[in-house]
Amino acid sequence: MSLTELRPASRRPVPPPAPGKSKHWLYRFDTKTLPYVFISPFFILFAIFGVFPLIFNGIVALRNWRLDDPTLTGWAGFGNFQRLFGDEDFWNALGNTFGIFLLSTVPQLLAALIIANLLNRRLRATTFWRIGILLPYLTPVVASTLVFAIFFARDNGMANWFLSLVGFGQEAPLDWRAAKWSSWFAIATMVNWKWIGYNALLYLSAMQSIPKDVYEAAAVDGAGPWRQLWRITVPMIQPVVVFTVILSTIGGLQLFNEPMMFDENPQSADGGTAHQFQTIAQLIYKVGWKDLDLGYAAAMSWALFLIILLVAGINTLLTRRIGGAR
Amino acid sequence: MRTYVNRAPQDTRGSWLTYAGLTVVLLFSAFPVYWMFVIATSTDAAVAQIPPSVVPGGEFWTNVNEVFTLNDVFFAASLINSVLVSGVITLATLFFCSLAGFAFAKLRFKGRNGLLVVVILTLTVPNQLGIVALYIVMGKLGWNGTLLAVIAPGLVSAFGVFYMRQFIAHAVPDELVESARMDGALTLRVYWNIVLPAIRPALAVLGLLTFVMAWNDFQWPLIQLNGTDFPTSMVALSDLASGNYVIYRRVLAGAFLATVPLILLLLIGGRQIVRGIMEGAVKS
Repeated sequence: MSLTELRPASRRPVPPPAPGKSKHWLYRFDTKTLPYVFISPFFILFAIFGVFPLIFNGIVALRNWRLDDPTLTGWAGFGNFQRLFGDEDFWNALGNTFGIFLLSTVPQLLAALIIANLLNRRLRATTFWRIGILLPYLTPVVASTLVFAIFFARDNGMANWFLSLVGFGQEAPLDWRAAKWSSWFAIATMVNWKWIGYNALLYLSAMQSIPKDVYEAAAVDGAGPWRQLWRITVPMIQPVVVFTVILSTIGGLQLFNEPMMFDENPQSADGGTAHQFQTIAQLIYKVGWKDLDLGYAAAMSWALFLIILLVAGINTLLTRRIGGAR
Repeated sequence: MRTYVNRAPQDTRGSWLTYAGLTVVLLFSAFPVYWMFVIATSTDAAVAQIPPSVVPGGEFWTNVNEVFTLNDVFFAASLINSVLVSGVITLATLFFCSLAGFAFAKLRFKGRNGLLVVVILTLTVPNQLGIVALYIVMGKLGWNGTLLAVIAPGLVSAFGVFYMRQFIAHAVPDELVESARMDGALTLRVYWNIVLPAIRPALAVLGLLTFVMAWNDFQWPLIQLNGTDFPTSMVALSDLASGNYVIYRRVLAGAFLATVPLILLLLIGGRQIVRGIMEGAVKS
């Protein structure tokens, strides 16, 4: 069972029971109406809380909508969108989001591939290893980020202690939160930690559905396990690689929890004293619920939506190009 | 000697290198959670120690007690709220998604295939991008700042419907449903007596994944419940970690408390969670 294949529904849908005259209305209800009753909770709830807000978001973005000043209403036209172009905070957050995204996605998926390849052997205690690498996926990001924040603390942090062992930062310990590159690195580490095991399982699942004779038939001369991985396995699981790239693009560009909790004052949503690691999702939260400007926050959400679509598209093409054509 | 590998990797026995690699990965995965526990059991002095202490201390109950007695954080209540929110979301998702999945897999009705395509398309919609409007919708309903606002959007999931539909199409034989129909059983009875017992494994998988997702959710609960007296545990935790004077051992004791239920779930249902993810159980 997977999302990429649609199993056909039963070819002969269940025939209704033979109608007895007295039960005619019941029979009609049971066969004609009930299927719709069964699927309606999903469609009704999803319409109200899923689809409608997305569309309505577009309208809010075109209006003045402030929580602190309900009298300030009316159409803003494209004012909110125009404001985006001149908003330094937005461009800064966009840069941060992409920086963290690159630092997290590429190592994450590569590591996941290699780990999946390790798991794709005849092993003792198969389930134990698989469950073990899922621990980060289950751990709440809010909780684990607090651990990482201590790990990357300037004073008495474990990361700086490691650095001092190899001779760095003897005079002035590194303040990981202070610079862009170091804070991005720290946050990317948290993202990688959480998602490597999860992606490894997705890859493993795809690897195990590769027919064995593909390997047996492929006479790759002198191919060690390493070349086997890159020449046979990876091209064969390419659809799943594309899928994980899309998933991490959607997730990575909406990154919120890690930068929030890494901040010294998590609820400020500032992303550091100079916004050095403020992401767009954080900025949307700040504009909407700290600055109370919902119209502008909605416009920002739409911009992010378009960016995600664009980047997901580009990444899909790139992954196809790299992984395919061989 | 050159090695010619013409054997499938899954038939190759893992070497000591494989085990060494996996052990490193496992330590990397477990260490932050373990260290969370270490700090949660330590004194201030032990936390500030260089090199860092990696052995648990004996102060766990002292720290936990401090977390629970902090007045403005409502930590104990937040754990109960999280159980409530995640529990309701899980039960509702299981019920609604299995009903819809059953209809899509085994019942005949007009527009079935078209509607199923709609479900699959909604899988790709990133809900987070609609939060501003969702907040306004909740305002119109008068639910802002309540647990209801956190629960309502989670009651169904497109992924759940699709997952259930796939499983039921495969796990429930048409003949079984047919013969029940011949005996005059109504659809609801078929669902209750035949479908539900047959899909227990899928219910376990979907239930576990949904619970984990709901428990860990942060952004939307933060928007809704920050500053109220009834936060979820993630919101309470962010509150605990905010402010000018943060006490690590106390914050991490809270973090550990909020993580324990999920560790238990992993111990009990790890097998199911692994299977769910490997079967393509993904939700963006």
